[in-house]
Amino acid sequence: MSELANRVLAGERRALARTLSLVENGHPDGETALAALFPHTGRAHTIGVTGAPGAGKSTLVAALAKALRAAGRTIAVLAVDPTSPFSGGAILGDRIRMTELHGDTGVFIRSMATRGSLGGLSRSARDAVRVMDAAGFDIVLIETVGAGQSEVEIARIAQTVLVVEAPGMGDDVQAIKAGILEIADILVINKADRPGADNTLRSLRMMLETGHPALRSQILSHHGRLMSMDAPTATQNGNGTAGALWIPSIVQTVASEHKGIDELLTAISTHRAYLHADTHLQALEQSQIAIELQDRLREALLSRLLGSLSDGEIDALIAQVQARTLTPNDAVGRLLESTRLRA
Amino acid sequence: MMAGEQPKIRVLIAKPGLDGHDRGAKVIARALRDAGMEVVYTGLRQTPEMIAEAALQEDVDVVGLSILSGAHMALVPRVRELLDREGMSDVPLLVGGIIPDSDRPGLEALGVRGIFGPGTNTDDIASYIRQVVTTKGAGAA
Repeated sequence: MSELANRVLAGERRALARTLSLVENGHPDGETALAALFPHTGRAHTIGVTGAPGAGKSTLVAALAKALRAAGRTIAVLAVDPTSPFSGGAILGDRIRMTELHGDTGVFIRSMATRGSLGGLSRSARDAVRVMDAAGFDIVLIETVGAGQSEVEIARIAQTVLVVEAPGMGDDVQAIKAGILEIADILVINKADRPGADNTLRSLRMMLETGHPALRSQILSHHGRLMSMDAPTATQNGNGTAGALWIPSIVQTVASEHKGIDELLTAISTHRAYLHADTHLQALEQSQIAIELQDRLREALLSRLLGSLSDGEIDALIAQVQARTLTPNDAVGRLLESTRLRA
Repeated sequence: MMAGEQPKIRVLIAKPGLDGHDRGAKVIARALRDAGMEVVYTGLRQTPEMIAEAALQEDVDVVGLSILSGAHMALVPRVRELLDREGMSDVPLLVGGIIPDSDRPGLEALGVRGIFGPGTNTDDIASYIRQVVTTKGAGAA
């Protein structure tokens, strides 16, 4: 039994902070603690907040956390900022917008760098959320890096996804492009006091009206790499079953002035109620676990494979590809052969 | 992929007190980022309580305080005391800003060894941090 895990379960904040570091660094003690904490996870409502840089994610998270605290909920915040691809360093500045939350033991804020992971989160974000969940927080708010169109990783972790838009960020064609808008359970138009907010609202409404709603567990399996591609079944895709589908709601906020936050809280609890009705939450969790297992398998296989190869072998193949005597595809074929792991 | 990866050094850069500009703190934050560190920056006008709380939640290896207001002899002992109370007596404090020579012994008595005034080469700060973190035993981190 992990002593550290016991301290986390007892609500010791220093132990929680330490465990998050160990997990983030892939330290064996972190794995041990995580294993001990795992049976205690699955209780918190996990809410993802994503959107373009400058849309107001941090301010919105702070405003949400404050309102949820006022309603008596305990909150953990995981705020992710990008790692520099050049130096490997990072500036984690999300706390700047969250100073209102200080001095409250019902709130725990942790900043995390992406450390080279793409998709808007860090590789250890999933496990960090689990640690926070096990520590007993009612709600875990996960803030992604400033996300563009393809950073949809958050949908694989959070139960409820908020996509934050700000006025003036694009036209109605942006709104119908594939990607980040598709993962939204709730669309938030922040800075709604700015000019152009009505246009943004109209574009997003139109996008929703012309779209074909799908279950998120289904959307998940269509996005990204190496995912299983379950063909949508007729009943899920057709009409007549609209009651089973979640149609994203749109909420306008001015987070810096705490405007629209109550409406947003209502939208969040409506989505939570939807998840807990029927088997929606189980289906979502099932698809998230399926994806996680694939992710972990891919990572484990890759590191085992690379570990079994010598640098010399790889260098020789690089030279042949560069000399155009071997295609990159055939080079990979040879690597797989030499490790007896045929595709 | 994980194996052999050095744990990143995490630094909190904080501005306690009421002085109203943080250019120096941002320059340092940026320089430490470029030195490969993860820098938590919390913005202006932080109380010692806020700084200790952030240091605890972020589990940082080092806390750097930027103080231009002259209030360092009040603020630094308070931050040190709160860190110690939270069980972070092993987390070193660094101070940057305008620190008169006559105040150095007082700060050093509090265990503050890294005192960096204007004109300090940012590389020196980065290597100082790397050195204190390694000597306190990065194995525990």
